[in-house]
Amino acid sequence: MLGTGLIQGLAVTAKNLVGSFHDPERYTTVEYPEVKPKLPENYRNFPFLVSETAEDPMGTLRCVACQICEKECPPQCIYIVKSKDKKLDASGKAQLYPATFAIDTSVCMSCQICVEVCPFDAIKMDQEFEIATTDRFHGLLLNREQLAKPNSYYHQIHPTEAAAVDALLVAARKAAEEKAKAAAAAKAAAAAKADVARVSRPVNPAAANTNTGQETRATPATSAPQPPAAPSAEAPKPPPPAA
Amino acid sequence: MGPHHPSTHGVFRMIVTLDGETIVKLKPVFGYLHRNHEKIGENTTYLASMPYTDRLDYLCSMTNNWAYALAVEKLAGQPVPERAEYVRVILAELTRLLNHTCLAGFLMQDLGCSGTPLMYAFREREKILDLFESLSGSRMMCNYQRFGGCRLDPTADWLAAAKQLTDGYGRFLDEFETLLTGNEIIMARTQGTGRLSPELAVNAGITGPMLRATGVNYDLRKVDAYGIYSRFDFRVPLGDHGDVYDRYMIRVLEMRESIKILQQAFAAIPAGPIIDPGAKLRGFRPKAGEAYGRIEGPKGEIGFYLISDGTPNPYRYRVRAPSFVNLTVLEDMCLGQTVADAVIILGSVDIVLGEVDR
Repeated sequence: MLGTGLIQGLAVTAKNLVGSFHDPERYTTVEYPEVKPKLPENYRNFPFLVSETAEDPMGTLRCVACQICEKECPPQCIYIVKSKDKKLDASGKAQLYPATFAIDTSVCMSCQICVEVCPFDAIKMDQEFEIATTDRFHGLLLNREQLAKPNSYYHQIHPTEAAAVDALLVAARKAAEEKAKAAAAAKAAAAAKADVARVSRPVNPAAANTNTGQETRATPATSAPQPPAAPSAEAPKPPPPAA
Repeated sequence: MGPHHPSTHGVFRMIVTLDGETIVKLKPVFGYLHRNHEKIGENTTYLASMPYTDRLDYLCSMTNNWAYALAVEKLAGQPVPERAEYVRVILAELTRLLNHTCLAGFLMQDLGCSGTPLMYAFREREKILDLFESLSGSRMMCNYQRFGGCRLDPTADWLAAAKQLTDGYGRFLDEFETLLTGNEIIMARTQGTGRLSPELAVNAGITGPMLRATGVNYDLRKVDAYGIYSRFDFRVPLGDHGDVYDRYMIRVLEMRESIKILQQAFAAIPAGPIIDPGAKLRGFRPKAGEAYGRIEGPKGEIGFYLISDGTPNPYRYRVRAPSFVNLTVLEDMCLGQTVADAVIILGSVDIVLGEVDR
């Protein structure tokens, strides 16, 4: 009969209309500003830099400015300038750090490739999505102070992943310590075998750490790039130019 | 017509010559969304092209990812673990479900039923997108496949949720079909509209549901049996008129076959690694050579052709985009039809301009 299909279709819409008032399966929307959506753990939008502590984020960044993410980033939205000096990381090893680390979030396409290629687990994906700004230049170009977030925050947003990363880091640190210990033991054994006794000079911590926590500014053409981590015997460096 | 909205499919323009209301000449103009996709692919590393493939056909990023990963795996001779193959099949079939659901909704929108079928389709699509989001971190730009497997291992909870969705999908399709398939207005508008002959379809290189609607039995899942598709038991739906109604029906029937494949995959998925342990992420340099990887995407054959010269970037990176090829016969289908029919013919081709213009 002509019109049967139409009437059946109208029955479907009527069922959906009535169902949308009482059937929880058909409530499909969330009243957003009042009710926040529950994000899945894997949700990602923009990268952030992981720091070990919340108190001193710039001093404890995991990033060692290796620039792998800068090279691999598909839309080339990361900009890194390496530091001229080294400072101690969480495991007590002298490492470079990023003097500048900027991400242009107007270019970033949230693909997570920087996270995957980072060998130091220093960059992770954030879940903060209310990031609208009225300043499209400086508001969207995030520098390292804005990007740094503590490891505890990472644990909060990606608990499973963060626990796995921490376990890996602890294992790597332990392996490195054992390796160092073994190397030291081998050295000692070699030294014991040799006839000469060498003077072992302890590193002066004050000289090794002159610039820790301060941002070095690249003064144009005044200082040629010095060999990083110069030994302690060098004369004390001039203070960095006033900010 | 256009360039803004000849229908709801993106920025596209048709130069239409009319005799009264009958179309005597139609010339499609595209390129408004050209983004240099292939040149970007040649200037970035193999891995860095992966997120760009999401942006080709932004409704089906999972199948784009798979086609690209397949091409690179062929090039590098990279094996893929069993579990990853199953996960890929599951994701590809879920993508087919969401693409065809969306298409049916859009087609009805083009026909003039403003809203209702599209909203029902989007309600179901959103459930699949939620699954994608909880697995890959993003609803549409998944960037999930890697060379030699997948990025993350789906948890048992995720698989259970996907299975539950699949089991409930048949019920939604029944409801959707009750709403649309027997509707007299839809039949009157679509049957006999935009006929495409099988000869022309084969000669023009049409693939996917559009080709099968003309009655040509050609499905890469059967022909190539790429991945592990030879293990699944499913039928290929075929039409015999090649009109808009057939194209709609083919898609509905394909969704039902996809549900069958999904149920078999959920029953058989093994444990094991999700990515080959030998797969390289950084410093990936396949040896010199060339490869073409193709899969049956929801819109047709999506293929990536790569030439490597041993450097980290491909020497040539070419995309065979199904909607671009399928769009080339638009004029032949529209001749002799009315202006209102041109819109639903375009809708039934199932184009995404991100892929047409690249």
